[in-house]
Amino acid sequence: MNSFFKYFSEIFHGVKSLLTGMKVTGRYFFSPGEIVTQQYPENRKTLKMYDRFKGEVIMPHNERNEHRCTGCGICETSCPNGSIEILQAKIDMPDGKKKRIIDKHIYHLSMCTFCGLCIKSCPSDALAWGQEFEHAVFDRAKLTKILNKPGSSIIKDIVE
Amino acid sequence: MNFSLYDFTPFNQWIDKFLHSHMSSFWAVAVEMTIIGLAILLFYALVGLFLVYAERKVCAFMQNRVGPNRVGPYGFFQTIADFIKLMLKELVHIKNADQLLFNLAPFIIIIASFMAIAAIPFAKGLHAIDFDIGILYVIAVSSLGVVGILLAGWSSNNKYSLIGAMRSGAQIVSYELSVGLSLVTIIILAGTMQFSQIVEGQANGWFIFKGHIPAFIAFVIFLISSTAETNRGPFDLAEAESELTAGFHTEYSGIKFAFFFLAEYMNMFIVASIAATVFLGGWMPFHMGGWAAFNHIMDFIPPFIWYIGKTFFVIWLMMWFKWTFPRLRIDQLLTLEWKYLLPINLVNILIMAFVVLMGWHF
Amino acid sequence: MKEVINLPVKNIEEEEYHINMGPQHPSTHGVLRLVVSLQGEIVKSLKPHCGYIHRGIEKMCEKDTYPQIIHLTDRMDYLSAHINNHAVCLLVEKALEVEVPERVKYIRTIIDELNRIASHQLWWCSFGMDMGGLTCYFYGLRDREHILDIFEESFGSRLLHSYYTPGGLMMDIHPNFQKGVKDFIKYFRKKIKDYDDILTGNVIMQARTKGVGILSKEDAISYGVTGPSGRASGFACDVRKHDPYGVYDKVDFKEILGTEGDTFTRYMMRMHEMRESMKIIEQLIDNVPAGDYTAKMKAVLKLPAGEYYQRVEASRGELGVYVISDGNKTPYRMKFRSPNFSNLSALDHMSRGVKIADLVAIGGSLDYVIPDIDR
Ligand code: SF4
Ligand code: SF4
Repeated sequence: MNSFFKYFSEIFHGVKSLLTGMKVTGRYFFSPGEIVTQQYPENRKTLKMYDRFKGEVIMPHNERNEHRCTGCGICETSCPNGSIEILQAKIDMPDGKKKRIIDKHIYHLSMCTFCGLCIKSCPSDALAWGQEFEHAVFDRAKLTKILNKPGSSIIKDIVE
Repeated sequence: MNFSLYDFTPFNQWIDKFLHSHMSSFWAVAVEMTIIGLAILLFYALVGLFLVYAERKVCAFMQNRVGPNRVGPYGFFQTIADFIKLMLKELVHIKNADQLLFNLAPFIIIIASFMAIAAIPFAKGLHAIDFDIGILYVIAVSSLGVVGILLAGWSSNNKYSLIGAMRSGAQIVSYELSVGLSLVTIIILAGTMQFSQIVEGQANGWFIFKGHIPAFIAFVIFLISSTAETNRGPFDLAEAESELTAGFHTEYSGIKFAFFFLAEYMNMFIVASIAATVFLGGWMPFHMGGWAAFNHIMDFIPPFIWYIGKTFFVIWLMMWFKWTFPRLRIDQLLTLEWKYLLPINLVNILIMAFVVLMGWHF
Repeated sequence: MKEVINLPVKNIEEEEYHINMGPQHPSTHGVLRLVVSLQGEIVKSLKPHCGYIHRGIEKMCEKDTYPQIIHLTDRMDYLSAHINNHAVCLLVEKALEVEVPERVKYIRTIIDELNRIASHQLWWCSFGMDMGGLTCYFYGLRDREHILDIFEESFGSRLLHSYYTPGGLMMDIHPNFQKGVKDFIKYFRKKIKDYDDILTGNVIMQARTKGVGILSKEDAISYGVTGPSGRASGFACDVRKHDPYGVYDKVDFKEILGTEGDTFTRYMMRMHEMRESMKIIEQLIDNVPAGDYTAKMKAVLKLPAGEYYQRVEASRGELGVYVISDGNKTPYRMKFRSPNFSNLSALDHMSRGVKIADLVAIGGSLDYVIPDIDR
């Protein structure tokens, strides 16, 4: 008798637990408001990344095409992957001394692991995170970028 | 000719007469058969494609997603695009596979589901062949599919396929019993195995209501065991993707894979239409005793729509199961059948026989 | 008279065959290969082959300075990236005897627990999928998205954060952080009921997991199975309790121990742990003290020569970091005791005699992350 009772209570509890599960999926089926999918290419206009989003390393330039990089090379040494290469140049100062400036700040996006050490270690705050995230390209060479724009120069008041 | 959506018999007779008056009776029959064959083929393809789409949409909604929505309005042509893609795919040649059986298996599966459709009444007069043992025929034919699964698993020369095929063999052999017995319950109530008469018998009330609790239990058992018979989740052990990658059709590619895929959905459609026909009144409209106006409105909806509506309701139930439950293990699957479904089913038949004897049904 | 030749007749039932689960297999959650000996459907023994994504992280650490090592630890157990970072940071701070500000400790503890919840959510979805309930996968990911959004707003990335630095944090938390976390806790307390309804209580799931894949306490200890999997066997191994770091000694939470050691208990441990983590976060989130987000550190960190060891409770178990320093700015040798590797070693023991389907469930309940095994 006891096992007979157990047999039916097992069925009852089993069916009940199955119905509880079905209630959850059923409820979501009838509430399309809960859909969480983002329609990506369509929502590009409204899609805004967070300010701190790490899309790529950029070097902000002001409206006079000036940046803050002195070409010291600290970012190059602090990068664990060798994603940054600094090419320096020497220019003659009016007072006759030679001054080191940045020639090319080469950034290999394809090798970057977005650790943020270069940005953190830069003594003159020349680097920042960019929010661009659509990095897919057909040619790998396009992922190597020169961060200082052509013809740009250093902001005057930066001292090392 | 008077064509009506409510009764296809005059339309059929008109075609029959027209053909017979223009050619000899042999050719007339041949043309009729071709027409029916083509109609079923077209129907088969359309329903198959639509079901794949429906399944993807239903599961997407259950999972808080939107599902396919890129190809055509609401992604409606997604499955057609997929089908074209599958047709263009390479048929991978499997080394050391038994080529004959390997190529034969998808056809066996698809033919089995194809044959079963023939006996299903879609509407009054829209019925390819009305056997007097219709139910028996459908059960017999639809269980042919397991041969295809076994062959596919055996011939692919892959251990995953083999395990999947063996599982599915054990599964279908046992669940076939429950499917049969739950239908027997209704046969007792209806007193016939002919589909057209079963439907006629439900003119004044569907069997699921007429037969009280035993009919309802039979309906539930039929739902469970037919889900198992079509190898759908939570009984999809034969193709359990997290265990056996894809089970018996691991090695198939391209159009042959599409056959398996389509056959799964068609089998689902067939069992759902049997459930709709036998338990839910087939193409009979829903009537409430005493509500004349209501009944009249219900009569106004064409029978074909009723049939499709009920079938899709049952299909939706099966999708709901699949997208809610985790998969069973093979021994639990057999326990469920032999320890629970079968004894309950047998007792249920006895009760039903008693109910019918005493005339307690409506 | 003809000689009777006695051909060796093999009993078919006794014959074993092998299948390769992986490196590409849906249930190994990555590139792990399990060579399984089967008899019918019954698993006789199993050999894990790892190393498919060995990247030599320990060797790479030897050429990196300590701040640079952080970003490599992200990539071991990527689902508890913050906790891995925490281990290295703690070790460096211990070796240099730096006292980090209270604020940092609070924030680190909160983020660790958020990370633990996110990791367990992903475990829940993949466990559901291993069991064949595909819908679980999407519910788990849906809720995890909220945590990842919080992370993204504060640290800019969703999976590999590199947010902790030796001595503190990369930057301060975002002003919205606290509100976001509180909203999430409110949201998740509601949604975790769905988890119970759809999977925990389900009769199929219970029948498949109860009494399957049992690991006794002794075996758990001798295999070194830690984390929720070890605690399911009754092995009290929560580092947060027994060797507290961060502010775990100040918060009130339970170390939940199981008794059965089966798949279901391991499952329940993680479900409980998500709730405990929420409790910890709730106690801390409103009390984050003001202050600096990093201690004053030298530009070049050189650990004094010697050996150092630090352990933390990662979401899958005890993560140990061992460093031998020769006084340079890079370690002489670095070794990680990854929880997944030890947990995986017990898989063979647990899955002998079960069915293939159970093997998948056991694997799911151990929750291994392959990059952490291979490193
Ligand atoms: S970006 Fe900063 S660290 Fe790098 S070279 Fe320029 S100034 Fe130096
Ligand atoms: S973010 Fe890290 S990896 Fe990328 S360039 Fe900067 S230092 Fe190198």
